[in-house]
Amino acid sequence: MLVVACIKQVPDTTQVQIDPVTNTLVREGIPFIVNPYDAHALEEALRLKDRFGFRVAALSMGPPNAEATLKKALALGVDEAILLSDRVFGGADTLATSRVLSEAIGRLNLREKVGIVICGKQTIDGDTAQVGPGIATRLGYTQLTLVDRIEKLDPLLGRITVRRKLEGRHETVEAPLPVLLTVVRELNRPRYPTVPMRLESAEATVQVWSNRELQLDQEGIGLKGSPTWVSRIFSPERQKGEIVGDGAADPAGAADLLVDKLLSRDLLVV
Amino acid sequence: MSPNPKLFAVLLLLSASVFVLGCCRRFSLVALGRPEERLDAPGARCLRMFRLAFGQQRVLGKPFGLNHFVIFWSFIILAVANAEFLASGLLPQATFAVLPAPLHHALLLLFDLVSLLSLACVLIACARRLFFPEPSLSSDYVKARSPEAFLILSLIALLMLAYFGLHAARIAMGSEDPAAMPVSAFIARHLPVALAADPSALATWSWWLHALALLSFLAYLPRSKHMHILTAIPNCFLAGRERPNTQPREEFARGMSFGVGRVDQFTWKDLFDSFSCTECGRCQEACPAAATGKSLNPRAVIHAVKTNLLANGAALRAGEEPALPLIGAAGEGSATEPGIWACTTCGACMNVCPVLIEHMPKIVKMRRHLVQMKSAFPEELATFFENIEARSNPWGIAPTERTKWHSALEVRPFEAGKTEYLLYVGCAGAFDARQKQVTVALATILDAAGVSWGTLGKDERCCGDSLRRLGNEYVFDRTARDNVSLFAERGVRKIVTQCPHCFSALKNDYRQYGVELEVVHHSELIAALLAAGRLQLKKQVSDLGRLLFHDSCYLGRHNDVYDAPRHALQAVTGAAPAEFDRNTERSFCCGAGGGRMWQEEQEGERINLNRVREALRQKPDTICVSCPYCLTMMEDGLKDLQGGGVRVKELAEVVAEGLRP
Repeated sequence: MLVVACIKQVPDTTQVQIDPVTNTLVREGIPFIVNPYDAHALEEALRLKDRFGFRVAALSMGPPNAEATLKKALALGVDEAILLSDRVFGGADTLATSRVLSEAIGRLNLREKVGIVICGKQTIDGDTAQVGPGIATRLGYTQLTLVDRIEKLDPLLGRITVRRKLEGRHETVEAPLPVLLTVVRELNRPRYPTVPMRLESAEATVQVWSNRELQLDQEGIGLKGSPTWVSRIFSPERQKGEIVGDGAADPAGAADLLVDKLLSRDLLVV
Repeated sequence: MSPNPKLFAVLLLLSASVFVLGCCRRFSLVALGRPEERLDAPGARCLRMFRLAFGQQRVLGKPFGLNHFVIFWSFIILAVANAEFLASGLLPQATFAVLPAPLHHALLLLFDLVSLLSLACVLIACARRLFFPEPSLSSDYVKARSPEAFLILSLIALLMLAYFGLHAARIAMGSEDPAAMPVSAFIARHLPVALAADPSALATWSWWLHALALLSFLAYLPRSKHMHILTAIPNCFLAGRERPNTQPREEFARGMSFGVGRVDQFTWKDLFDSFSCTECGRCQEACPAAATGKSLNPRAVIHAVKTNLLANGAALRAGEEPALPLIGAAGEGSATEPGIWACTTCGACMNVCPVLIEHMPKIVKMRRHLVQMKSAFPEELATFFENIEARSNPWGIAPTERTKWHSALEVRPFEAGKTEYLLYVGCAGAFDARQKQVTVALATILDAAGVSWGTLGKDERCCGDSLRRLGNEYVFDRTARDNVSLFAERGVRKIVTQCPHCFSALKNDYRQYGVELEVVHHSELIAALLAAGRLQLKKQVSDLGRLLFHDSCYLGRHNDVYDAPRHALQAVTGAAPAEFDRNTERSFCCGAGGGRMWQEEQEGERINLNRVREALRQKPDTICVSCPYCLTMMEDGLKDLQGGGVRVKELAEVVAEGLRP
């Protein structure tokens, strides 16, 4: 069985600033990182490999420099890494992206049966959480989002039981394979690469698939296939805070004042 | 006057063979280690060997050390007497009696007195082990070995008793001059009647007793911890010449292994160290982790190397995978993972070892294996490593925030030719709320003294100290290369740091990357500026009360900077600071070095609490530190112990106080 982990290279958003004049992201000199949720997706795929001996493929769509992200996945132990990169894929929204990714997974499935696709619950640059469900829909896979634990997996029966982390509660769901999981950070703690694996991965090759391989209709991909247009990006202006009471002289009084204030604004429930 | 030269010759041959075989086995195991250069500068090495081995400098650091000093020198003197004994056992004519009479007389007197002295010392050594056992003498595996110590002590005592029995008998028989041997003569006069009746039988019995004790000792020696009799002196010659404030570089290429996970991956010198250990326990006594009940015992680490090597030697020679793992198995032949992670790399163990064993570098080598080959480390460190890799600081804060400490100050970027010093702010100095106040104080001082300085702003990167001590050499290597090329690109030559860890990394570790930077710790620069009159204080600082100075391990023990901070404090407050009981080179770690800052401390008592309790006994008003880690650890400790009004100030803050009107 093949497990596919979808990962995305994203700008380190803690270091991104927005140009106040042009309202665009200032990307110069900003380092790229693996989308943090995707690191957990990758880790879970590798744990399934450790437990069941499945093969793992890491899949990413992005510019040529996203190869660095896939090399990291190779250093962690994936069996193959595929970069979907082509100018015609550029400018894609979540719909167009999910079309390209599902096509690639479909092609992988022709070679080796794909049982599980794992994505992070969302990326930290787009924050839409739409690509994972988009892929599941297009491939007709069972869609299990916000997974924080794989409870049971029976590859012979082809069934999986997972726990989903919802607001204020958990939900345990059983489903038939193939499935697409989107995962939250509580799922696992990603491993750290060993040095021999890093050195190996530095010389390993990342397969690059362009649209020549995927043969998708250009009307459905990239900018052309994207119904979503970003009209403006801006950072909301932060309102100046206030100092409540005199914490140094009268900490108890300041705490009382603070509690009153929070209560009056409905920010604290007694 | 041997009773039977032929029988003795056979026994001597037997004992010597066992001795030589034992030595060969051990020394051939040492040869399994990786190569390492330890023979450079023979002159300096000899001098140190004379001071530490023959002068017993560190042994004498403890009161009981005098006892060992006497036994050591008695051994050397009596080696001459024993050589005569062995020679005359084979050839009855080969005795010192052939020497001129006055010289012979003098030698007999010397041997007689020295034998009495060493008998007394052996009895004291027994009494000490029986009646005054020190905590440092006990540990899981080594405690069980104390019968071995008694066996050796008994053999030595037996040798002396037999020696006196032999010579007393000869005096009673009239064949030796009682005037030459007062102790033996005294015994001859007081022999019990049963023995006095037949002195020649007593002589024969004593001779054989002496012979058998000596030959047993010889045969047993290489198999016991008393192997140190052979290895300690050369070990003092072979020890590293630089203080081990840095670790050797590793080469990174495919197909190689990194760190030490198998005993033959140590260097031959590491293995030789393990045969030089006498299990005296000084390292254990000095170790902050051992003192606070953690799994680490530096003595047990060295003992594990030896035991593991002996257990796996045959397999390793045969090129097979050894059965007993070096790390993580139960029992005495394996180092424990929690122990390996408990080390603060403070260097206290190496500072007290009488035979210059290098404990800490071995621990770091094993960490390298765990991190780089196994990815096995305390889980808190995963975040630390990732933060450093992604954002080059321990907390993973955006590098753009590096300049926020000087929001209220005008700070210039470093420019070669225009700026004298690079102020290497350090991660703590740039991001830690408390240490940022120290950075501001230091900047104020430098400005007040008219020093020309600048920073690298947001381009500054972590120095990599914790990475290296934690065994993440691969990432350290990249960090160091990046820094070295950044310094070269910006033309940096002179650097002032406020963190002793940055200081030691830039000064010592980076030398391995081919750069000779002139690095000073701020305490040195401040002391020099005060001494030269360049830094003029506006007042003498008196409102900090009784000020107690805590030595940072990486400033003091690892780099010998003890006086500068004290001189600065003396100049600023008008009085020498108060001292801890354990101060200067015997200072006790705060608990945060060696990457311990980034790990939880769940085992035993917290090291900082131990140190803060020691501080509070001195009734200070202010504890003065010179390191960001110490600052955090002392402040946390005071909070935990409800240290009342005692506060912690960094050296620069104390000095800056004197600049206020």
